[in-house]
Amino acid sequence: MSLFLDTYDVIVVGGGHAGSEAAAAAANMGSKTLLITMNLQNIAQMSCNPAMGGIAKGQIVREIDALGGYSGIVSDTSAIQFKMLNKSKGPAMWSPRVQSDRMRFAEDWRLMLEQTPNLDFYQEMVSGLIVSNGKIVGVKTSLGIEVKAKSVVLTNGTFLNGLIHIGDKSFGGGRAGERAATGITEQLVDLGFDSGRMKTGTPPRVDGRSLDFSKMIVQPGDENPEKFSYLDITKPLAKQRSCHMTYTSPEVHDLLREGFDRSPMFNGRIKSLGPRYCPSIEDKINRFANKDKHQLFVEPEGWNTVEYYVNGFSTSLPEDVQFNALRSVAGFENVKFFRPGYAIEYDYFPPTQLKDTLETKLVNGLYFAGQINGTTGYEEAASQGLMAGINASLKVQEKEPFTLKRDEAYIGVLIDDLITKGTEEPYRMFTSRAEYRTLLRQDNADLRLTPKGFDLGIASDKRLKRMEEKHSKAENFVQFFKDTSVKPEEINPILESKDSSVMKQSDKMFKIFARPNITIDDMRKVASVNDYIIDNNLDNEVIEQTEIQVKYSGYIAKEKNNADKLHRLEYVKIPENFDYSQIKSMSFEAREKLKNIQPTSVAQASRISGVSPNDISVLLVYMGR
Amino acid sequence: MTNNDTIIALATPSGAGAIAVIRISGDNAITMCDAHFKSVKSQKSLSNQRTHTIHLGHILKDGKELDEVLVSVFKDPNSYTGENVVEISCHGSPYIQQEIIQLFLRHGCRIANPGEFTLRAFLNGKLDLSQAEAVADLIASDNEASHQVAIQQMRGGFSNEIKALRDELMNFASLIELELDFAEEDVEFANRDQFKDLIERITKVLKHLIDSFAVGNVIKNGIPVAIVGEPNVGKSTLLNALLNEEKAIVSDIAGTTRDAIEDELTIGGIGFRFIDTAGIRDTQDVVESIGIKKTFEKIEQSQVVIYLFDAETSVSNLGIVLVEIEKIKNKHPQKPLIIIANKIDKLDDIQLAELTNNIPQAILLSAKTGFGVEQLTDKLLSLINTGALRNNETIVTNSRHYDALLKALEEIQKVQQGMDANLSGDLLAIDIRQALYHFGEITGEITSDDLLGNIFANFCIGK
Repeated sequence: MSLFLDTYDVIVVGGGHAGSEAAAAAANMGSKTLLITMNLQNIAQMSCNPAMGGIAKGQIVREIDALGGYSGIVSDTSAIQFKMLNKSKGPAMWSPRVQSDRMRFAEDWRLMLEQTPNLDFYQEMVSGLIVSNGKIVGVKTSLGIEVKAKSVVLTNGTFLNGLIHIGDKSFGGGRAGERAATGITEQLVDLGFDSGRMKTGTPPRVDGRSLDFSKMIVQPGDENPEKFSYLDITKPLAKQRSCHMTYTSPEVHDLLREGFDRSPMFNGRIKSLGPRYCPSIEDKINRFANKDKHQLFVEPEGWNTVEYYVNGFSTSLPEDVQFNALRSVAGFENVKFFRPGYAIEYDYFPPTQLKDTLETKLVNGLYFAGQINGTTGYEEAASQGLMAGINASLKVQEKEPFTLKRDEAYIGVLIDDLITKGTEEPYRMFTSRAEYRTLLRQDNADLRLTPKGFDLGIASDKRLKRMEEKHSKAENFVQFFKDTSVKPEEINPILESKDSSVMKQSDKMFKIFARPNITIDDMRKVASVNDYIIDNNLDNEVIEQTEIQVKYSGYIAKEKNNADKLHRLEYVKIPENFDYSQIKSMSFEAREKLKNIQPTSVAQASRISGVSPNDISVLLVYMGR
Repeated sequence: MTNNDTIIALATPSGAGAIAVIRISGDNAITMCDAHFKSVKSQKSLSNQRTHTIHLGHILKDGKELDEVLVSVFKDPNSYTGENVVEISCHGSPYIQQEIIQLFLRHGCRIANPGEFTLRAFLNGKLDLSQAEAVADLIASDNEASHQVAIQQMRGGFSNEIKALRDELMNFASLIELELDFAEEDVEFANRDQFKDLIERITKVLKHLIDSFAVGNVIKNGIPVAIVGEPNVGKSTLLNALLNEEKAIVSDIAGTTRDAIEDELTIGGIGFRFIDTAGIRDTQDVVESIGIKKTFEKIEQSQVVIYLFDAETSVSNLGIVLVEIEKIKNKHPQKPLIIIANKIDKLDDIQLAELTNNIPQAILLSAKTGFGVEQLTDKLLSLINTGALRNNETIVTNSRHYDALLKALEEIQKVQQGMDANLSGDLLAIDIRQALYHFGEITGEITSDDLLGNIFANFCIGK
């Protein structure tokens, strides 16, 4: 008897956000799936801040949920605070974020995976891949066990040759208290992969009982919290925990500077690049020397725990320097550490070595997802895991691959950016990376993606029905505003109260609702509107969707139009293995880049850095345009 | 697409001339020419010569001298196309031109497609899009002013100006993005006042460039001038007089292209297009009344109207002339009107006094003697707004650019309205991105697939 099935369809190596989504997706698509991870107690561990979502990231979580992934549901069940960020801006900017109960998040993920059919678990370190004739056939564990598989998804996170730095001390590890994984990088390099090193960091965790919150600014959650999942199995929070905010000071900065000579960032021990948009506190002080204070967010790690996360104080300075400096921060005078902050260096593989399915170009059936691709963030990792799991499954089932375009999902933008441009620093999603973000809103991810998830077999029938009901109700409500008139005597008092010009005669309500400063709350004061909402039993989601459709229809239509323009280049396909060396008129750099990345369309080629518009014109001429 | 063969074409206009230039471009251009060229200095091989040198010798056909020629050698990449290029200056008879071209065609050259030299220059990175277009304009330019504009554009002056604005706008767009993606953080956001200032500056420049299109268009195509006058008042003599004054080239354009007989001539470096009309004298004749209607259409299309009358025959009946002048003024009050009394050499002093008393604004002119012609040319030039040109300012002549500028302005105005309405940055960004897109259309930084086809189809063979 063998410990394992004869051959798995999909083996997922790693049980973080990417691995968990990959395993769930593959198993839900009917693939015999095995999740191997070094520690089954740490499934979907939040290594850094206890939060999900945020600007652009919240949209990704909504997309994962709409497709049928688990991240949205788990984010809801483990949330301790909800905020819709950027609510004062246009709807494309509205971004949901939760503070999470770190322990409950991991537990809920594990329980959901345990309830997933077709999914087996095993705890051990994978130390090698079994590759035969350029095709993956299985993995090898540190105990020497070989498990066969038709496809493998690698989601190693920061564990590949992970090296933790605290001041002048450094030691191998994949995360605080966990050992690093070895063997895989070396083997992949032997197979011909390029590898690189990246760096990220995390702040100290402290004992909440030692903090004086009266010296900090309270940051409560939203008054009317929403949630991530489009399904009704989760509910918005009835009660929430607050975060707090405080500031560093020149004194804190001076204390930190005292340790700069022992900082691995500054003395050359850390050579790899960290994310510029998520700098360590020493980096902030060093680069923005004229700023005399920086914000710190003090975030609870859960409902019941006394542990707190000091967001904004990521550091790899020696622990005594961290400690002394933090004690000078208002509210932290008597702080006790649970553990110091640290930096970690790890191996990644430049993602230009991947196809748009996240399968490697070099090894058939091998997929990469998450930080191994040079990204940062739970949401970025989870979405890649989902896509890799889906595509590994489809490949095993000999079905067409599943990809998302840049105007369909942030996930599409993410993967296209990775495989087309690669990344020099840990890649994080921003709304500005999406050319058509007005289309990629958190409120319509279900409309965009649930039908696709349903076709793949991972989004349930219930999901699809809910989506269809929501959008048909919203459409009808929009139509109601287009069809229904309102008399001046009824609407004018409302308009006057908002300093909006009054009406002389009856007119359709759509026109009034479309005015910039008129909201649904104003429109609800019109009896027929309120009656419609009650008669049709419209919930907040439908009402919000209607409001967006009325107020932003012009912008949405414009972006759609722009996206369609781009599609023309998207359809100018470049033949596989096209010989760029024949195009002498192209810069050498552009030819090399195109040869390496092998874009499938002229549109993709145009997004490669180092390929100039002139190069694209030349390419178009060669493609017969 | 094959880009490695060698192409040949006549670079000067077809037909007889003093000399003609034949251009050959491609990897083998120099060696091919070597095979048929015998230098006056024996044993001289073109392949061994430095780039940008000129060599005197003969083109040989079957060992016999075909013509004495000058061969200019340009070596890859220092040539117009970026390839090896030779230019053969031969004598201008069509026979010699054809013999030389035929000779090379038999020995591996291919006749160039329309615009192919410029296409190669573009493909080889020697020109950007708007420069390539300017080449087409340069070839078509037939007067100093349009030449100057095309040259300026070819050197990149116009796209540089747009590029600078685009960079500035791009910079601001990224600041706006910053405040969207980092709303939660303690970063400094885009300064709306500075942004408003930039938008105003861009608006100003765009409007200026858009306005310059009217000037540019006129410079490119010639300023249309309608000449209103009865038959035999001396229209053709007047044109000839103008011609003598300026020693310019007159070309007759057949009525098929412009639906009327037109004469183009250059005065003071500006191209003018003189449009003959039938006059507007009242008539019972049906055919002639159609003619009057047509005259007014022509006046409508022109920028300046010249009313020409025969002083000798009209002096006794100036009333009719005055009525006609009033008619033109009433119908087109905004249009500059030049009134010319021709044939004043035929008048005596009393008649002359009669004329100047009744029509004081008339230019007294004798096309025959040349009297008053200078006064007319001064008057014509003073009526044309060529200030922009004289000040060496940027002028837009390309209608594709004009179109892109209009669209960019439209988007920029939306940005401005959005700012006034305190619109959120993400919505402003949509319009900013569109404006950037239209800027890119001018600088060639974004190319749509149908753009290139249009541009290269507009080139004549040889360039």
